[in-house]
Amino acid sequence: MYERTDSEINPTKYGTTVERKSERELVVTRTFNGPAHIVFDAWTKPELLKPRWVPKSFGASFLSCEADVRTEGTYRFVFSHPSSEQPMAFFGRYLEVTPGSRLVWTNDEGDEDGSVTTVTFEERGGETLVVIHKLYPSKKALDDAMASGSISWSGEQFEQLDQLLAAP
Amino acid sequence: MVQYAGTVLNASFAALSDATRRGVLEQLGRADASITDLAEKFHMTLTGIKKHVGVLERAGLVTTEKVGRVRTCKLGLRGLEEEAAWIERYRQRWAARFDELDKLVEELKQKEKADVRKNR
Repeated sequence: MYERTDSEINPTKYGTTVERKSERELVVTRTFNGPAHIVFDAWTKPELLKPRWVPKSFGASFLSCEADVRTEGTYRFVFSHPSSEQPMAFFGRYLEVTPGSRLVWTNDEGDEDGSVTTVTFEERGGETLVVIHKLYPSKKALDDAMASGSISWSGEQFEQLDQLLAAP
Repeated sequence: MVQYAGTVLNASFAALSDATRRGVLEQLGRADASITDLAEKFHMTLTGIKKHVGVLERAGLVTTEKVGRVRTCKLGLRGLEEEAAWIERYRQRWAARFDELDKLVEELKQKEKADVRKNR
């Protein structure tokens, strides 16, 4: 079984950056040590992700995970978390799926218009730069998301934040 | 986080380059004040002080709220810190997920190598 500590796998050059690019945009970047087709596969195969996508430290567990990863396909992830009696569902549509290079999906679980997430996979000498770009419908939508997540990590806040993270 | 802080700092430094605006911040550090209060304090016209408050507001250093006819100004630093803290926690969450994804990428790489060997 392959086993290494995170510090060995993830030295500084594989650091994660987050930037609020504008009033409505968040951008996350990370480089992975592998070719784009593999990183894309790891990202999109639900059966591979199920036990992985939620690190144990979050305290959440996957109840179900369905994703039809193709353009016009849909996804639906259901989590449980000790802080919430009801399971939490995250769902949406894939607007674009280009294997090995690009994914675009919507988050439709909110009452209002959700964010649109674009992920690009850019291979450079055996490594892959992943850029996650989240576009919110308004400044208020992103401000609200941030405000709700800034209070604590329990209950509603957990749910709110994971709405931002929940992604195939 | 660092990039984010950089952008905000640039706007902040520009806002702080003016003595009146620094004075306004000092004043608001003592107590919230209306635009009219500030105009009197700094011997300026309402239009003049509004311009300065606008610059501070865009830099996230001041927030204003209009209740009835009175626009009240207060320090916005707290909101700034909260947003920066939120960004950092958000980053840590993604980083934790990416660490998990690293392991998966490594496994898939090994598997692909093994498959290539098998098919030779």
